[in-house]
Amino acid sequence: MIALGIEGTAWNLSVGVVNEKEVLVLENSPYIPPSGGIHPREAAQHHSEEIGKVLKKVFSKIDPEKIDLIAFSQGPGLGPCLRIVATAARTLALKLEKPLVGVNHCLAHVEVGKWTTKAKNPVAVYVSGGNTQIIAKRGKRYRVFGETLDIGLGNAIDKLARYMGLPHPGGPRIEELAKMGRRYLKLPYVVKGMDLSFSGVVTAAQKYYDAGEKKEDIAYSFQETTFSMVAEVSERAMAFLELDELLLVGGVGANKRLQEILRIMCEDRGAKFYAPPKELMGDNGAMIAYTGLLMYKHGYETKIEDSRVLPNFRIDEVEIRW
Amino acid sequence: MVEVYRGGEAEVRIYEDFVEKIRRRKRYRIRELDEEIRKKRTRAEARIISQARKAGVATPIILDVENDKIVMERIRGDELKDVMNEELCREVGKIVAKLHSAGIIHGDLTPRNMIYSEGKIYVIDFGLAFHSHEVEAKGVDLHVFIESLKAAYDNWERLKEAFLQGYLESGGSEEVLERLKEIEQRGRYIER
Ligand SMILES: Nc1ncnc2c1ncn2[C@@H]1O[C@H](COP(=O)(O)OP(=O)(O)O)[C@@H](O)[C@H]1O
Ligand SMILES: [Mg+2]
Repeated sequence: MIALGIEGTAWNLSVGVVNEKEVLVLENSPYIPPSGGIHPREAAQHHSEEIGKVLKKVFSKIDPEKIDLIAFSQGPGLGPCLRIVATAARTLALKLEKPLVGVNHCLAHVEVGKWTTKAKNPVAVYVSGGNTQIIAKRGKRYRVFGETLDIGLGNAIDKLARYMGLPHPGGPRIEELAKMGRRYLKLPYVVKGMDLSFSGVVTAAQKYYDAGEKKEDIAYSFQETTFSMVAEVSERAMAFLELDELLLVGGVGANKRLQEILRIMCEDRGAKFYAPPKELMGDNGAMIAYTGLLMYKHGYETKIEDSRVLPNFRIDEVEIRW
Repeated sequence: MVEVYRGGEAEVRIYEDFVEKIRRRKRYRIRELDEEIRKKRTRAEARIISQARKAGVATPIILDVENDKIVMERIRGDELKDVMNEELCREVGKIVAKLHSAGIIHGDLTPRNMIYSEGKIYVIDFGLAFHSHEVEAKGVDLHVFIESLKAAYDNWERLKEAFLQGYLESGGSEEVLERLKEIEQRGRYIER
């Protein structure tokens, strides 16, 4: 079976095609804000201008007739962006006369991670721009056991990067700078049970910049602090749930230092650490396609009239039948 | 003979007459950060245990505090988890009300973190405790306990009732119970 998936909940518009075994096609068109953060309407504008081109590229690589179903990320995400994606998916499904499957974006991150790493029953740590969550399966649902109480880690990093005058995307630049940092500057370390908070860390780091501290040291201290926080709540969740696998997903997961920190934590508890390949770590269409395929095979199909976007769609709203 | 518990954060070693709670070095954290966190948390936990005692809540007596280690009295008894009933649960409600009146949020209220000894309920594990007089913090504290009842007992609804009754009887406020209801409605906690 072959599924086409459209992702576009935030900055990355992406279309992927997969079968049960592998990713066949993956085409991206990231939205790059001219300055500042992501403006929902501008990102949506970008998506609507680009979706035709991206689909055309995809169909130059695979015959549309071969596609068995159309999956799309139904939420959570930015309303205007979600609507562009949903409209494109509905149109395609009607035109190709194929079933439609609405997919939860967070679930797709976790499922594509399990698919590509062979993790069986992991605690998933999902770190992206807007989200930072500790997720694990309990019974027939994924449950969120811990999460950020304010902003996502990715947004926190971007905010700091912009403040220090670094060009977009901030994440990789902070990672590079951090490698040259030597001096640890004290920052607030905010963990409450299995929940986290990052906005105070950003503010404190910005103050160091104002005070003339080196960007390298700030980036280093910021990463060490926030990544350790993520490792701590991950470890707490593994201990609490008595699970011995950790799966890192989401765009921030590409950060090598974050991976290293989590790997060491896992080693020390005799647990296994997994991370999917970089192109499937951040937002991408292949994860939507794969999860759509999985869902379809287990009886899920989204009628056009039920395909309205769900900006606050939570992972625990989906019953896991596999 | 030593019994060792290895939790998410600390290691607990149980000896004949005393218990050590040790926050061991985490290799994933850089040393400066790691030492600071362990020291701060160890001190904070020891301090809050003492404050809870002063507020009239039974806790182990602190025998010694080092950088990364608390040595405390060993409480001999049963985990409350294994002897739970409505009467004891009402008692827990009273204890939590006392903590809250003193501005102490336990942060990890479960029957596992309580020991029943000679007719008294001892509260242990203040590893996640902090100070707050906020309604939200208190509401979440109650909610965490109720969730743990739900997970462990079929008759959790009656236990919950008794717990909340005890809480109100010993000075817990209606406002907190209202907030609890709100918290129970929130997305992530919805039980399906
Ligand atoms: N003072 C004590 N006396 C007797 N047993 C204790 C004492 N403190 C802890 N324990 C036992 O050790 C276990 C773990 O201790 P706890 O402080 O709850 O650590 P953790 O943070 O790892 O949960 C408890 O569930 C309890 O069974
Ligand atoms: Mg405990």
